[in-house]
Amino acid sequence: MKQYLSPLVRSLKPSGIRKYFDLAATMEDVISLGVGEPDFATPWVMREAAIFSLEQGQTMYTSNAGLIELRRELSKYMAKHQGLTYSPDNELLITVGASEAVDLVMRALLVPGDGILIPDPSYVAYAGSATISGAEIHYVPLRAEHDFRLQVDDLKLAYTPNCKILVLSYPNNPTGAIMTKEELLPIARFASEHDLIVISDEIYSDLTYEGTHTPFATLPYMRNRTLHVSGFSKAYAMTGWRIGYVAGHRDLIQAMTRIHQYTIMCAPIMAQVAALEGLKSGESAKKEMILEYDRRRRIMVNGFREMGLTCFEPLGAFYVFPDISATGLSSDAFTEQLLKEEKLAVVPGIAFGPAGEGHIRCSYAYSTQQLLEALSRMERFVKKRL
Amino acid sequence: MLSEEDRRLLHILSQDCRFTPEELAIQTGLSPDYITKRINQWEKDKIIVKYGLLINYEKLEEDRVTALIDVKVLSQRGQGYDKIAQRFQRFSQIKSVYLMSGDYDLCLVVEGKNMHEIAQFVSDKLSPLELIDTTSTRFILRRYKQDGIEFYGEEERPKRLMITS
Ligand SMILES: Cc1ncc(COP(=O)(O)O)c(C=O)c1O
Repeated sequence: MKQYLSPLVRSLKPSGIRKYFDLAATMEDVISLGVGEPDFATPWVMREAAIFSLEQGQTMYTSNAGLIELRRELSKYMAKHQGLTYSPDNELLITVGASEAVDLVMRALLVPGDGILIPDPSYVAYAGSATISGAEIHYVPLRAEHDFRLQVDDLKLAYTPNCKILVLSYPNNPTGAIMTKEELLPIARFASEHDLIVISDEIYSDLTYEGTHTPFATLPYMRNRTLHVSGFSKAYAMTGWRIGYVAGHRDLIQAMTRIHQYTIMCAPIMAQVAALEGLKSGESAKKEMILEYDRRRRIMVNGFREMGLTCFEPLGAFYVFPDISATGLSSDAFTEQLLKEEKLAVVPGIAFGPAGEGHIRCSYAYSTQQLLEALSRMERFVKKRL
Repeated sequence: MLSEEDRRLLHILSQDCRFTPEELAIQTGLSPDYITKRINQWEKDKIIVKYGLLINYEKLEEDRVTALIDVKVLSQRGQGYDKIAQRFQRFSQIKSVYLMSGDYDLCLVVEGKNMHEIAQFVSDKLSPLELIDTTSTRFILRRYKQDGIEFYGEEERPKRLMITS
């Protein structure tokens, strides 16, 4: 039946993690550092608010853009904590996860043949959505020697005049890298000079462990050029609720709301209610989780360095991205052998793009006990190969 | 004011006080020397008062009951509550003494082998004290949560997927 598929869909690559997922599923006692979601349950205040709303029979559609109460609270929150000013009336759209937000931007802006600049390595959904849009993907390598921060020189090399969108994603999955305001400024200038729309996926922004996060849209002249994408999945441990948002110029938000209206209708109401409660009273629970991630982050970086691997210090998200090239293995081979020998699952860097080669992504959204056991299995494996 | 680093250090210690200074150094990014000095100072200043253990005695099926005893004190000219509170705190049976807002003045946490022993303590030792007006004793029947730790329920979290992007 494949002949019926659209050529764009046929060109979608299978995910680079599927193979390990299937292999791990057949094994027992596997410890995994492979998950990109929090190990915490959503803070109870938020779950409780959703349960109460269900008891009250709050089970209807909401307005397409999302509950106005949620948009208002979000608008206030963004202004207070991030210096972002978006009107709840027409500059904010509540989506089914940041994933939908990313997809909406691409659908709204791209026609087949348009160019899009996507960092490599990066979260796999960008290339997926871009492919479905028929866009021409230009990968911009992020380099270990720059701690995976995007460099203008690399942007220049990847850029062609058909490029319309630049995807930025800091704090970054899979590397854990962040970029400071000073480092982002030249990127902003480049976007202006080349008239690019920037999708800035800042879903990990609260998980910044040193300094303060700079939202890209707060840089000079960037507000109208930026579609600020974020969500509740990571910082509020809400992955299964599917709730995210996009903020930007009202012309663009309006167009995306129209697509969203036809394809999704609205984000689930109970998830919106829980998110609203998170903004109102979830701050201390969130801070507590952030402290815990920071502690684990240090344990992981120290662990990898002690076993003799190069590991740059990730200052955001909940991933470490150690360099495993000293073992002489490709990231794929490393991952496969590690899983078979030590029953430890990680994600090979190559799954996030060719520039991820030579690295593995390890999540530290696990209990300390699991992390220490994982580090000891990893050390045994690595020591044999160094 | 506590610095951000010190707050982090205390937070980790309050979760688990068994970490060595070296282990704490890894988890905080501070040096082991600094941590040792800081902890020594906190101990000296009685900021760190004690390193505790939280035991779920119910699982051991030990005989042990805890009561909360609310106490109303007869007011005495020129004297606050300090004197009577200090009197209470000498009793080894009394584990905690709090000054409270509301209908009663002080709240005592008292431990004993059984209800009888505590009732005896109240009638023999507390009630006769001339400064006491009335008391109200309530026994704890079950501990569901203490010091932020849940004793029952939600022990195993549902499984996450093994690998996700
Ligand atoms: C960088 C990045 N953006 C977006 C997402 C998806 O988030 P959501 O659950 O809000 O769709 C993820 C999830 O792993 C991510 O890592």
